[in-house]
Amino acid sequence: MKIHEYQAKEMFANYGLPVDKSTVCRTVEDAVKAYNQLDSQRVIVKAQVHTGGRGKAGGVKLANDEIELRRHAAAILGMDIKGFTVDRILIGEAVNIDKEYYVSYVIDRSSKSTILMLSKEGGMDIEEVARTTPEMIYKFVIDPSIGVPDYLAREAAFRLFDDISLVRQAAVIFQKLYKLFVETDASLAEINPLVLTKEGAIMAIDAKMTFDDNALYRHPKIAALNEPTEEEKKEQSAKSKGFSYVHLGGEIGCMVNGAGLAMATMDMIKLYGGNPANFLDIGGSSNPTKVIEAMKLLLSDRNVRVVLINIFGGITRCDDVASGLLEAFRQIKTEIPIVIRLTGTNEKEGRALLQGTQFHVAETMGEATEKAVALTR
Amino acid sequence: MSILIDKKSRLVVQGITGRDGGFHASKMKAYGTNIVGGTSPGKAGELVDNIPVFNTVRDVVKETEADTSVIFVPAPFAKDAMMEAADAGIKLIVCITEGVPTLDVVEAYSYITRKGARLIGPNCPGLISPGRSMVGIMPTMIFREGSTGVISRSGTLTYEVVYNLTEKGMGQSTAVGVGGDPVVGLYYRELLEMFENDPGTDSIALIGEIGGDAEERAAEYIRDHVTKPVAVFIAGQQAPPGKQMGHAGAIISSGSGTAAEKIAAFEAVGVPVAKEPSQIPGLLKSRR
Repeated sequence: MKIHEYQAKEMFANYGLPVDKSTVCRTVEDAVKAYNQLDSQRVIVKAQVHTGGRGKAGGVKLANDEIELRRHAAAILGMDIKGFTVDRILIGEAVNIDKEYYVSYVIDRSSKSTILMLSKEGGMDIEEVARTTPEMIYKFVIDPSIGVPDYLAREAAFRLFDDISLVRQAAVIFQKLYKLFVETDASLAEINPLVLTKEGAIMAIDAKMTFDDNALYRHPKIAALNEPTEEEKKEQSAKSKGFSYVHLGGEIGCMVNGAGLAMATMDMIKLYGGNPANFLDIGGSSNPTKVIEAMKLLLSDRNVRVVLINIFGGITRCDDVASGLLEAFRQIKTEIPIVIRLTGTNEKEGRALLQGTQFHVAETMGEATEKAVALTR
Repeated sequence: MSILIDKKSRLVVQGITGRDGGFHASKMKAYGTNIVGGTSPGKAGELVDNIPVFNTVRDVVKETEADTSVIFVPAPFAKDAMMEAADAGIKLIVCITEGVPTLDVVEAYSYITRKGARLIGPNCPGLISPGRSMVGIMPTMIFREGSTGVISRSGTLTYEVVYNLTEKGMGQSTAVGVGGDPVVGLYYRELLEMFENDPGTDSIALIGEIGGDAEERAAEYIRDHVTKPVAVFIAGQQAPPGKQMGHAGAIISSGSGTAAEKIAAFEAVGVPVAKEPSQIPGLLKSRR
């Protein structure tokens, strides 16, 4: 789950991390009010949206006076950045930057640990740095049983700074950021850039945090910050019914049990010359209520012209799945052709139950996909 | 032969009095898995399908010399269950539970490793050595004894591949579902090494999916260390970037972790990649 920069900065401030002074605003008038309360003449106006590349899109501007501030605030509020409409801007004091650095904590799959990532190449797209000059990124694997002790924080800080007083400042920042990362079950806590000001202070002038969805149950205050897009709302409502759903835009709706098999089904549709409308994993069991809900979800997509149901009957036997499907389709009325492929335990009995019904029955994934693609033509 | 589990494995079922724990304990027992006990705090002395229930894993180990555990407790309690098993001296811990917070897994994994134990999962279907033992939730009827090792990040897709193998007369030595989360225990590298060293395994099917770079690293490991034939299937070629495809770990982030990159990595080291799951048996046979 993502949050906005201003929300992340509030968390930073609560953990004693130095951040630039800023105020979030929803209108131009609010922005002017915020501007007048700041000590600085020069301010930065930043769009608050759940996507990167704000700067390139024109969503970050420097204002030297109130007139410029009004102009930028008016331009950025309501702006569209990669499909997100800007409804909030952050007005912050412009900082005299001497140098910019990159700092983040992130979960690393291969070491199965949290890692601290640092670079002197701050303010840039870190993935770009990782691709072109990986030697410019320093990584420290964190042992969860000891966290980030003083010596480790210092060792890390020495990679960025030579001056011991700066090293001490940075080390404390690394420790506080780790505490925040762990205590909020984050999957990313990123400062890009962390800056050294001309006055010799180190502070975060941007803040990015994402959180582990599996852990939100123990962080209700963070969960309350969730702002799903329309598409995400559909996905979340599917999740609450026990499905995983992702919209893709093709014409063949898929209903599959299991995430891996669902992905493989999408791939097969493409391989056989069709286009999958969605990814839909209905989970382990396939009882009639679940199938009905899943069909409603698929049929709410106007582009769907054929539905392909691919079920592997493991612990739930194929004959039970078939009866469930028949039961479900007694309640769903649709003109859309449905291809069903059942394999696994008691598959022959399952397929026999479906013979002579409105369904197109297939034995293999290849056969099912071919039929589904042919039916769209 | 097999890896990780066989007839001698002595299994404890953590969370045996729960709905899933009880159901799958019976299934495992019916298959012939040697279940020596279950745990549920406060329910010692009860029986589930004639399996004795204990309060703690330590009690089960003391009474029965259990060496393997399978966890069915709800996600908020999974970290504790994994650490309890490791602390009691269990050597192989299989966590089926879905939705465990990532930092809980990071912490538990670190503890388990220090205790000298191994973890499979979480969010996995477990593992099976056909004809000997099944630890987890695998549909046993599709498996046959044989000599193909199977490693997979997925559940039903594994069954799809196994089903195709069995149909073509290729039984399995051991099939392991490593789990679909970003951080899980044993992975490709460790399992490839075990299968390579297992005299009962003569070929390996590897089923990967989008997200992370474990497949790329597996390809390098195969090039340097694996002499047995390997065939691969990668799911998620049509997955859009930034979207989680069911499994928490199945996500293409910042353009990396794509199926195309993984397929290219295997092809670059001469490992054939199946276009559909049904091609795996043929690809393995042609190389055996």
